[in-house]
Amino acid sequence: MLRLEARRHDSTLMALVSPLIATALTLVAGSILFSLLGHSPGRALYTFFIAPLSDLYGWTELGVKVAPLMLCAAGLNMCYQAKVWNIGAEGQLVIGALAGGYVGLMFPDTQTHWMLVPVLGFGILGGMAWAGLAAWLKTRFNTNEILTTIMMNYIALYGLLYAVHGPLKDPNGYNFPESAQFSEFVTLPVLFPDYRINISILFGLFALAASWIVLNRTLPGFQMRVLGQDQSAAAFAGFNQNRIVWSVMLVSGGLAGLAGICEVAGSIGQLVPQISPGYGYTAIIVVFLGRMSPIGIFFASILLGITYLGGEMVQMNFNLPKSITGLFQGMLLFFLLASDILIHYRILPANRASRVHS
Amino acid sequence: MDIDLVQNILYASVRNGTPLLLVALGEMVCEKSGVLNLGQEGMMLIGAVIGFMVAVSTGSLGLGILAAICAGALSAALFGFLTLTLLTNQVATGLALTIFGTGLSAFMGTGYIGKTLVGLQPVNIPYLMDIPVIGKAVFAQDLLVYLSVVIFLLIIWLFSRSRYGLVIRAVGENPEAAHAVGLPVLKTRYLAVLFGGGMAGLAGAYLSIAYTPLWSEGMTSGKGWIALALVVFASWKAERIILGAYLFGFASILHLIMQGSGYDLSPNILSMLPYVATIAVLIIMSRKQTMTRWLAPKSLGESYRPQS
Repeated sequence: MLRLEARRHDSTLMALVSPLIATALTLVAGSILFSLLGHSPGRALYTFFIAPLSDLYGWTELGVKVAPLMLCAAGLNMCYQAKVWNIGAEGQLVIGALAGGYVGLMFPDTQTHWMLVPVLGFGILGGMAWAGLAAWLKTRFNTNEILTTIMMNYIALYGLLYAVHGPLKDPNGYNFPESAQFSEFVTLPVLFPDYRINISILFGLFALAASWIVLNRTLPGFQMRVLGQDQSAAAFAGFNQNRIVWSVMLVSGGLAGLAGICEVAGSIGQLVPQISPGYGYTAIIVVFLGRMSPIGIFFASILLGITYLGGEMVQMNFNLPKSITGLFQGMLLFFLLASDILIHYRILPANRASRVHS
Repeated sequence: MDIDLVQNILYASVRNGTPLLLVALGEMVCEKSGVLNLGQEGMMLIGAVIGFMVAVSTGSLGLGILAAICAGALSAALFGFLTLTLLTNQVATGLALTIFGTGLSAFMGTGYIGKTLVGLQPVNIPYLMDIPVIGKAVFAQDLLVYLSVVIFLLIIWLFSRSRYGLVIRAVGENPEAAHAVGLPVLKTRYLAVLFGGGMAGLAGAYLSIAYTPLWSEGMTSGKGWIALALVVFASWKAERIILGAYLFGFASILHLIMQGSGYDLSPNILSMLPYVATIAVLIIMSRKQTMTRWLAPKSLGESYRPQS
């Protein structure tokens, strides 16, 4: 049998290797899954992970999926650095889309691209307000933010359903639960003609870069990390805990709200009952897989972006349900958590003597 | 309000509260042993989909329910292996279990969307079901509702009268001390986690086999999360959990009552009610923070590694 022996120091090497181990294990489990379903694992994995990126169209579509992941993950990372467990990016994204979309729909006759500024602005504000509510509940009442933000995800979703079934329903839309199409003036500019990828990917990259600077080069970023690592040290140093909680929640809510309004003002083009295939939840995996570092998050959001494209690909080619995406994402997170024990422990045969030096 | 309406409201509140009761009781036992499993929602979904699939393909509701319990316990075993043997963080692992369960159930259930099943029928107890007001709510329910009450009574007995209840509590309060006096900490925790998983699976099966006999993606709609709040709200006491579960059951059917009485409020707005109520409950509980901290199992959420 094997046993775990605690390392004297956490292994930084293993912290970097463990996401790779997790990805490899996911591929192994994926091939077993595909074989069980009666498909050649090699061909299926190729279709899932490689084929989506075999042409320019695939790469631009990847950009479409990656942008909201980067935006949400960049914000969530700030929260998790401070050990504020915001699970509410999904709801903040929805409220952002709703708030920004509402502004866009209210002024259909404004014929200027400047209209995008208030639309995106209200998207950000909507997400901030939704996250701010959770921050208020946490700082004022000390409620558990995991539970409140998840409850608020459901509330936001019903809010969106209410809006597209009620006040924001397109009067000329044959009674479908959808808003009117946004005018071209409240639609995000695309990067290349004929492709869907739009400037939201630039927002995502900018948010990641900015979050790196904040976390590594500024005092608030330092305070966040101290609060996350040692609450009593943060208190001893006189950091205002509530202010840190408020800041990380507002920033991550704003970024998730931006992701939401970019979805509806970008590739979707109107408010519909489902605007996100769970980007807010997937972004949690992105943060953990990216080792809570903006650079890691960049690569992790690409990998998880591919799982969305791969799901669509195997649906087309193998007639498997698209929801296989969620299965792969869940496996990835499980394998990551399991591999992470290598950071704190080494695995030894049960009968071997402990090593004295680590 | 006429008596018939009250009677039907009570009946529906119990029916709607039963899945919450099942999950929350399972999670309570799990937390009493010191393990916080945030994967309830995922285990419920796995139980719901497996239960429905087995019931549809074998034609036996009993087999479906049994399969759902096993599936819930199996997914809990995965959680247990990670958190208890590999010592991963319980919060992150529970979250992972929910994400995984959501994905797995959606994937497995795709071919079963739109299929129907003759669900579990009520077992009417003659004469007693005719008692005014409460008769229908108590004596005209299906077997799983009765079973949930039996489990509730067993858990009351477990923690008030039996040695096993003491062992679970000792392990949850102070695992080091429990280990020192020779109690099997890991084994107890594994069993509590498995029990919680089985209960979550059963609750899922209740939804897909008895309550609305069908499968749809994410059909638990946050009940697993609400149950987690309910356990805190009930201060880890089973008799408060059953009360809270039926109260939430009432909150979840309020939109049906309002519509029935002719109020013109959007069903989507009223559907928010259970979630808003959960947040309200969390706020109320926060006023009694010291009491909550005092009542919570002391080692809740902490990994335990036996010093051998």
